[in-house]
Amino acid sequence: MADGTDQGPVTMLATPIRLDFEFTPGIAQSKFLRGLERGEFLGQRCGTCGKVYVPSRGTCPTDGVPTTEDVLLGNSGTVTTYCVVNVPFAGQSIEIPYICAQILLDGANLSFMGLLQEIPTDQIRMGMRVEAVWVDESELIPSLASVRYFRPNGEPDADYETYKEYL
Amino acid sequence: MADSEVLHAQHRLEYPYARSTGPIIGAFLTALRQGRFVGATGSDGKVIVPPTEYDPITSDDVGELVEVGPGGVIDSWAWVSHPLRRHPLQTPFAWALITLDGADTGMLHAVAAPGPEALSTGARVTAKFRPEAERIGSMSDIEAFVIEGGAS
Repeated sequence: MADGTDQGPVTMLATPIRLDFEFTPGIAQSKFLRGLERGEFLGQRCGTCGKVYVPSRGTCPTDGVPTTEDVLLGNSGTVTTYCVVNVPFAGQSIEIPYICAQILLDGANLSFMGLLQEIPTDQIRMGMRVEAVWVDESELIPSLASVRYFRPNGEPDADYETYKEYL
Repeated sequence: MADSEVLHAQHRLEYPYARSTGPIIGAFLTALRQGRFVGATGSDGKVIVPPTEYDPITSDDVGELVEVGPGGVIDSWAWVSHPLRRHPLQTPFAWALITLDGADTGMLHAVAAPGPEALSTGARVTAKFRPEAERIGSMSDIEAFVIEGGAS
């Protein structure tokens, strides 16, 4: 009878989980993604509170109304918060250390996460002004992969008062 | 791509988890790798298979590990006409709760059978283990249960 004793007792168990799914973005997010395909950040404004969301989900979470007005946003924004990633993890595609920043685009009232490069990790700071660096025009696709990363745009840091609501 | 075309994308969410087994589950999996079953004795004397790490009544450590199976009885079952990718068998099969000989609890596993008419509550089944070289200390070390004396 096989006894397997030469392998020692079982102490670990691999339990990978995987979910394959197809994502369909809907009207509002499709507009955002089509904007990326043109090299633009397109948001939507709430007709009730006036806030501009990017990417827009098609409704205002505060007022519960559809957001119907499209708003073209600038290519620059402000770092509200950030994280320097030093820890390797499975599936990592960027060399560590790198900076993951929440970026509030000019004209937007919602920040989103972006990769920040062209700056040493010890020089990043809240309020830093940054701009998007896009892939070549021929490589633009309806995906955030069209934005290679953000980098400092050389402007003086934004005043804390201008982004304190977005932390 | 025309703007009117509906966007869609294939996504995969995947985590390569591993978990430590502890002494009780580890002993159960070690036994599977050896082609046999062990259960844990509870405070009421009942044999729990697969073993729990703690006694379900008193929450104390479970008692002695005892050998059970490899034969058993189907407590309940459900026929799977269209197996999914991660199912243990890729041909139609049954999920069944099986009480192994010497055990007092049902264990979930697959039963290979030619069709649902071959199955019944109370039917005797026995474990068909994978070849020793393919066993890794996992529930999948049991290829499936088969009906005793049956043609599957």
